[in-house]
Amino acid sequence: MTSPIIEVRDLGFAYPSVEPGGKTPWVLDGVDLEVERGEFLSIMGPTGAGKTTLCLALVGIVPQSTGGFIRGEVRVLGLDTKTEPVASLAGRVGLVFQDPETQLFNMNVEAEIAFGLENKGVAPPEMAERIEWAARSVGVESLLRRSPFELSGGQKQRVAIAAVLAMTPEVLVLDEPATSLDPRGRHEVFAALRELRRQRGMTIVMVEQDAECIAEFSERVAVLAEGSVRRVGPPPEIFSRPGELAEMGVRVPQVTEVATSLNRRHGSTRRFTRLEEAACALTRELDAAPPAAGRSAPAPP
Amino acid sequence: MSAMALAAQGLCYRYPSSSASDTPDALRGVDFTLSEGDCVALIGQNGSGKTTLAKHFIGLLRATAGQVRVCGREVADRPVSALAQEVGFVFQNPDHQIFNASVREEIAVGPRNLGESAAEVERRVEEALVRFELEDCAERQPAALSFALRRAVAVAAVFAMDTPILVLDEPSAGLDARHVGRLLARIEERRARGHSIVLITHDMQLVAEHVPRCAVMHEGRVIADGDTAAVLGDHALVERAHLETPQVTRLAHRLRDTGMPSGVFSVDDFCEQFSRLRAGGSEGRAIRGH
Repeated sequence: MTSPIIEVRDLGFAYPSVEPGGKTPWVLDGVDLEVERGEFLSIMGPTGAGKTTLCLALVGIVPQSTGGFIRGEVRVLGLDTKTEPVASLAGRVGLVFQDPETQLFNMNVEAEIAFGLENKGVAPPEMAERIEWAARSVGVESLLRRSPFELSGGQKQRVAIAAVLAMTPEVLVLDEPATSLDPRGRHEVFAALRELRRQRGMTIVMVEQDAECIAEFSERVAVLAEGSVRRVGPPPEIFSRPGELAEMGVRVPQVTEVATSLNRRHGSTRRFTRLEEAACALTRELDAAPPAAGRSAPAPP
Repeated sequence: MSAMALAAQGLCYRYPSSSASDTPDALRGVDFTLSEGDCVALIGQNGSGKTTLAKHFIGLLRATAGQVRVCGREVADRPVSALAQEVGFVFQNPDHQIFNASVREEIAVGPRNLGESAAEVERRVEEALVRFELEDCAERQPAALSFALRRAVAVAAVFAMDTPILVLDEPSAGLDARHVGRLLARIEERRARGHSIVLITHDMQLVAEHVPRCAVMHEGRVIADGDTAAVLGDHALVERAHLETPQVTRLAHRLRDTGMPSGVFSVDDFCEQFSRLRAGGSEGRAIRGH
């Protein structure tokens, strides 16, 4: 049996205090998490749960760049992210920041996507291929000549994702990359990530609030709250407790809310998390329901 | 008839940094109005011109052609400081407006710049800290807070200015459900007090359930403006503008052959309609041959 590509054991972290000798709370407090190679894991959780800090710990920025107090262990690709240089990790573990402006600085979109490839010494013909592929994956192929700084917030976010995708890292960590995207853009990004996993075996860890996209595209969900992982499992299992999630401020897909509400009304056990399964199940249920009084019964097949 | 809070007529704008000659203008003849006390959701795909339009109402951008009016007066020669008395603007990226050393100071700077007395500034700061549940981080550096908390600070700071018009650029993005609920409650309070509100958002569930009017932008123009149910119920329009209706609306659409009506925008409404059909109350099912 192969070992997980990401192993987090009893991870605790507190940011350094701005005041000398001051204490800050544990932002992460006992995180345990394993991710298998080629898996697509989503992380959900309320504001302040520690999601961004966990992402930063996976790429070594926490604690190497931030300082602070850390306990426990984080291993990615077998490397200890507390000690492995961030620059060395960056070649194999990509991070898309929540705020795209944190990572955009080139004169045009093409240069932005090319930047990491140039630093990595990728040959020009391959670089051109990768730029085209990455830009197409997130729908920015028509923006290659534009300055990143004249794009809308959502377009900037797509460029930031393309720049990291082009590097084809083994592990891709994304911190709410779809927040500024329009709904179709979100679907496109999720679909592109699923393809990366399928075609290249890339491991994807993505912080996201969009329960509908998570249900559609992720294999597992980890729910983080108050600095620790509260639940981990496939989307249907996680979303089967909508009340518990609502208390934490975590949304479930609307079709799951429909199932819960119909179960309350009609006392049955509908469970769906994806639009397609909800549409099929509810159509079947209506087809099997008795016809209205005075109307004809269903025609035989 | 109520007076006009915001108006744009034939508004065109081209970013001066648009290097490529084939780069289209960001705005290509926008017509848009907002009456005093009205609330509108401005929706559209990334790059459709929503933020560019909004920035004209606070004078951060000046029209290449066409007219922009705020509270009935043309903005052309009015400075940003004058427009800030009337329009509070929450930036899409909170880091574009946060610059103070503490949350308390961040919230105070707006009302202070508007010339409010020290006592009134203090009152508004305290109110904003409570209303946005920021008391625990009042003395903390905003830059050290999480993205969602920075966004809450940015919104609280603009609300503390108490301007008659609010323009909020994707204020719910990145917030958890609890924080979105709190934000909506604060917006509702302002609506009840007669403030005029423009809400730019990609959250179609929020629009469908909470905002009765929406305007759709596409390729630099407003291509639809009206009752939210009518706009989101127009499938051709939704397709053309590359929008996506809430999941429950799409589920209802998938069940249309069972007699499920169009224009279902909430879970409660869907369940009501479904239960009716399940009990055999559908004309549609009879028509279908059942």
